[in-house]
Amino acid sequence: MPFLAVILADTATVATEDPATRFIRLLTVFLLAMWVGFEVITKVPQRLHTPLTSGSNAISGITAVGAIAVAGALASSMGSIFGLVALALAMVNVVGGFVVTHRMLDMFNPKKK
Amino acid sequence: MTPQAWINLAYLAASTLFIVAFKMMSGPRTAVRGNYLGAAGMVIAVVAACFEHNVRDGIMRHGAWPLLLLGAATVVGGGIGATMALRYPMTGMPQMVALLNGFGGAASVFVAAGELWNMGARSAGTTDAGASAPLAPWTQFAIATALTGLIGAITFWGSLVAFAKLEELPRFKKAWTNPNRHAINLGLAITTVLVGWGFITHPDWDILYWLLVVLASVLGCTLTLPIGGADMPVVICLLNSYSGLAAAAAGFVIDNNVLVIAGSLVGASGLILTAIMCQAMNRSLVGVLFGGLGTTTTANADDVYAGKVKSASAEEIAMVLENADRVVIVPGYGLAVAQAQHAVRELANALEKRGITVEYAIHPVAGRMPGHMNVLLAEADIPYEKLREMDDINPTFPETDVAIVIGANDVVNPAARTDPTSPIAGMPILDVDKAKTVVVVKRSLSPGFAGIPNPLFAADNTLMYFADGKKAILDLTAALQQG
Repeated sequence: MPFLAVILADTATVATEDPATRFIRLLTVFLLAMWVGFEVITKVPQRLHTPLTSGSNAISGITAVGAIAVAGALASSMGSIFGLVALALAMVNVVGGFVVTHRMLDMFNPKKK
Repeated sequence: MTPQAWINLAYLAASTLFIVAFKMMSGPRTAVRGNYLGAAGMVIAVVAACFEHNVRDGIMRHGAWPLLLLGAATVVGGGIGATMALRYPMTGMPQMVALLNGFGGAASVFVAAGELWNMGARSAGTTDAGASAPLAPWTQFAIATALTGLIGAITFWGSLVAFAKLEELPRFKKAWTNPNRHAINLGLAITTVLVGWGFITHPDWDILYWLLVVLASVLGCTLTLPIGGADMPVVICLLNSYSGLAAAAAGFVIDNNVLVIAGSLVGASGLILTAIMCQAMNRSLVGVLFGGLGTTTTANADDVYAGKVKSASAEEIAMVLENADRVVIVPGYGLAVAQAQHAVRELANALEKRGITVEYAIHPVAGRMPGHMNVLLAEADIPYEKLREMDDINPTFPETDVAIVIGANDVVNPAARTDPTSPIAGMPILDVDKAKTVVVVKRSLSPGFAGIPNPLFAADNTLMYFADGKKAILDLTAALQQG
């Protein structure tokens, strides 16, 4: 499996970036995303604020990505256990959030049932 | 392109999908697709995360184990989430959202804890991860970890308390009003900050991280316990915002853009809704979080009501309704508590059968979470188009024959417009007093949340109907059908 070999070979290349640069890069992303969030969300009508809340709640389960990064290496036993617990918790949030939002939006659609 | 570049590209796609999902939330038709796109973004992000170098590293050393374990955790968590979401009744959505939100906060606490542990193992050399482990920029890593643990734990416990309050568990029915609570909270907050600072300077002492989490947990409870039921919409928004910020902070811990982007989108959404809710209640965020309204000794209830309140029976009100062309129903928090949305639908049906136009005026804080009243009425099969927002329907009240107010008080109090000394002066209200006749369904003349009398009840064009919300609507419908 050459594809797998290429992917696995990449593990040794870890970018080196000085801490301050890294922090400022992340801060830039954070502030710009906040800005986009404000712009987009102020346009959501009051009638849909409940689905908006539960939908954004589901997206906050993105911590799952962090959990995978932490648990996936199985680098230390406790670290892996915490990571797996985090993944399960985040998945409750993600799946529950999207399902609840769908149920709510379904009720706004007249053609149901 | 290196595999890492592909992964980052996938994260970019996921982030874009999240933004588009939020954008499509602006209409009821597109919102369904928006929700699917959000879910698709999440799948892409999670799959991409499974190709991260840490995971590949794990696969190299442990075979299929990492993927099996990750899969198992996903299935268990997802299964629990789906079961909860499908089983919970629609009326319980506010507490359901609060509970799910809490899980997200707890997840962030464990992500930071796990990464902290991995870091410790790496720097102690007890791991076989070898040269691929990046060395931490300690201070920034520690700050981000501390923030993640702090916000995550406050979110988790705050959400649990909010859930208990909304579920009306007996022990949580009364708000916690210990007179020393401000001192207790301040003491806790100062201790938390000190412990957090200690952790940042000694990030290798992970006991400090757990101490921080414990303190934040207590703080999450003591901050949420004193907040009353009517303020819950604000609390839910704020906790939602926190869970997003916790995810963004976790993104700083593990250096991941998609976490930062998705987290800040959620953070922004929660903050905007918090601001809208506070504005609609004419309260400052600080006021909601740290205490009641203060002393309100304006108009005396007896002066306002004395001899002017007209009470009517179901039959009398039915007669007024029969001669109306246009009726506007104003549902409030009380209707949500009484779960009278289906009864309201029956009443509307009876009116529409007589050729009367029926519309609904929804105040931004009606219900127990932002926009909650719309969901409750939609559940009772009331068409979305008939649910009118405040600014939209206010100009039409002078042409309205009858406005029926059910379980709302402060949001229809004309004192907000007319009395500059009133505690609710300037608060945006529904101008029901401009309708030709106002019918107020209410159990008694007891004041609303703001604790002030409502001159609307004593107005010449107002008929009071003293009864329990749901029973009143049913009686009214029956009287209308007989007449």
